[in-house]
Amino acid sequence: MLEIKNLHANVGGKEILKGIDLTVNTGEVHAIMGPNGSGKSTLAQVLAGRKEYEVTKGEVIFNGKNLLELSPEDRAREGIFLAFQYPVEIPGVSNVNLLKTAINEIRKYNSEEELDAMEFMTLLKKKMKLVEMDQSLLSRSVNDGFSGGEKKRNEILQMAVLEPKLSILDETDSGLDIDALRIVANGVNKLKSPDRSTIVVTHYQRLLNYIVPDYVHVLYNGKIVKSGTKELALELEAKGYDWLKEQKEFA
Amino acid sequence: MSTEVSQIEELANKEYKYGFVSNVEAETFPKGLNEDIIRRLSAVKEEPEFMLEWRLKAYRHWLTLKEPNWANVHFDPIDYQDISYYSAPKKKPKLNSLDEADPELIKTYQKLGISLEEQKIFTGVAVDAVFDSVSVATTFKEKLSELGIIFCSMSEAIKNHPDLVKQYLGSVVPYTDNYYASLNSAVFSDGSFAYIPKGVRCPMELSTYFRINAANTGQFERTLIIADEGAYVSYLEGCTAPMRDENQLHAAVVELVALDNATVKYSTVQNWYPGDKNGKGGIYNFVTKRGMCKGVNSKISWTQVETGSAITWKYPSCLLIGDNSIGEFYSVAVTNNYQQADTGTKMIHMGKNTRSTIVSKGISAGKSNNSYRGQVKIIRKADNARNFSQCDSLLIGDKCGAHTFPYLEINNPTAQMEHEATTSKIGDDQIFYLNQRGISREDAVNLIVNGYCKEVFKELPMEFAVEAQKLLSVSLEGSVG
Ligand SMILES: Nc1ncnc2c1ncn2[C@@H]1O[C@H](COP(=O)(O)OP(=O)(O)OP(=O)(O)O)[C@@H](O)[C@H]1O
Ligand SMILES: [Mg+2]
Repeated sequence: MLEIKNLHANVGGKEILKGIDLTVNTGEVHAIMGPNGSGKSTLAQVLAGRKEYEVTKGEVIFNGKNLLELSPEDRAREGIFLAFQYPVEIPGVSNVNLLKTAINEIRKYNSEEELDAMEFMTLLKKKMKLVEMDQSLLSRSVNDGFSGGEKKRNEILQMAVLEPKLSILDETDSGLDIDALRIVANGVNKLKSPDRSTIVVTHYQRLLNYIVPDYVHVLYNGKIVKSGTKELALELEAKGYDWLKEQKEFA
Repeated sequence: MSTEVSQIEELANKEYKYGFVSNVEAETFPKGLNEDIIRRLSAVKEEPEFMLEWRLKAYRHWLTLKEPNWANVHFDPIDYQDISYYSAPKKKPKLNSLDEADPELIKTYQKLGISLEEQKIFTGVAVDAVFDSVSVATTFKEKLSELGIIFCSMSEAIKNHPDLVKQYLGSVVPYTDNYYASLNSAVFSDGSFAYIPKGVRCPMELSTYFRINAANTGQFERTLIIADEGAYVSYLEGCTAPMRDENQLHAAVVELVALDNATVKYSTVQNWYPGDKNGKGGIYNFVTKRGMCKGVNSKISWTQVETGSAITWKYPSCLLIGDNSIGEFYSVAVTNNYQQADTGTKMIHMGKNTRSTIVSKGISAGKSNNSYRGQVKIIRKADNARNFSQCDSLLIGDKCGAHTFPYLEINNPTAQMEHEATTSKIGDDQIFYLNQRGISREDAVNLIVNGYCKEVFKELPMEFAVEAQKLLSVSLEGSVG
């Protein structure tokens, strides 16, 4: 599904990604961990197509297409969804309106019929239940005045409605209370299917108890320095990142 | 199909040959302005003596005035001797089909969702659609006159209802009011007149008729709307279709009068030629619009969506004279490229328990400048006056400007004033967020802008609101790159 080869990227003239290689097959869940500032969000934003992040080298193939050539909106329409670490507020634009516009743009791109108001509401109600989201948040402006946890849950609601092929969750677990964490993780799990893949960026092994990854990668200083299975996350939790630094230096 | 079309065309041509176009005198005055020109104008229009006298007084007063230069707009001086002050409605070059019309114009019409029939009317294609709309208008008129409503052109009103005109013309905007109003009073060409009698609720928006006819109103338009006691009327001015117009200066005057318990709602969508991307050409729109809440419990509500013109100078205002009267002003003003807009409102509280609401949404894009200028004045004897003002500015890009000039003059301690103002920018992070949800840059801007204007759009009649939304997106096209 996703193939990243030797990806380098700069932000503000500084190289942040220094040669990432990563393959995510259909149906897999990958976790990316790593210390603050190591480039996890940068990788997510580069995949989503943020133009402030300049790709200097490497390639990304998504379902056979050269992802880096596509506009951000076309990447989304191709099925890439990024749950932002810091979701932005858009005053004046209601949550419902955003969702309806988004789903229909994506359907149009994929030559599917647009949903009318009734069909959309039916779908939305179903998905709201999935993430146990309060009805009142729907008519409010996108993330405007939402609490930290509400924003994260709203990202998952959008994901649930848009049913992307590849979801990238950037620290969706941070800021969630224990119940919300369970609900969000449940939501993600219910959406899991053999034809969808997920990349979870997180600092906490706790989330991975709920969303069990097939692979865990450690991103360190712009590179993936170690990959393993879910046991790696436990090891990181116990030992921190310092032992990797040593390992890498000796490697 | 093709025979059907040719039949329509044949009919249309026939009607044009014999029809109503021929009864208009084809005359254009030489350029320049003096008393003789005004006499001639009044004579051509077969006006009664009082009208000529009024025009002349206005002209003489105008001569003593200086063009104002305090608005936050900049333009080259206008040569008032280089304008022709009377031109019989021109026959547009007649086209045989839409294929002959300017493709750019047609593209815009399509984006605005303007029906084929209307596209033809606007571009001057001769088909029976024209006659349809005229007959629709005639049916409306019959229905209206059954209720005693007078709705006609200002010229007709001057001839057929001189008493009403004498009583109310200039009663809200006197000919001495300001430079452009004086000029308008001296030389106004035509416009609309509406009178709603006591207790009558006008059963339809006075719009369809106007929309069709708006295309040919002159450079100095004069409108007068009177709602007698207990009457209600909603009036729509303008047209979302862009108007190609050679007149550079437009100086209209609109006067509204609401007597006891009457309501007048006046909505405008202004979409005149703003000039090209480099700021060349475009219309100067210097309008004086004022409503007088003369009676108790009366209400006047202005809603405007301003997207056109190179320069807009416009302050629809309310004189709240009657006790418990209400004035409202809802405005969206968009400027793009090199457009300049200086617009706002005045609410003058004179009666007791008067209330006013101001909601102004300025949107600036490109290298444009958008100013809000609002005055709220509460005179000494206006007890318990209340005003709520909200002035928001939205910037798209970083080469445009937004300015707010609120003036408050409060002479009564019981007044309650509330003022809110915000300036926001469409952020790249907001656009990217929407992009990431599959929404293009342009749609993202529209989504944000429409959300921002919601409060004003909801004041517009439904179909007008839909058009206004589309118009906004056309006006802002290419504003984010
Ligand atoms: N726009 C920017 N301009 C300059 N530096 C930036 C910019 N965006 C990110 N960086 C830098 O890039 C580095 C990687 O940031 P990134 O957000 O990808 O880290 P992260 O791994 O997601 O960290 P965290 O775990 O704290 O979320 C950091 O040093 C950050 O300061
Ligand atoms: Mg991060």
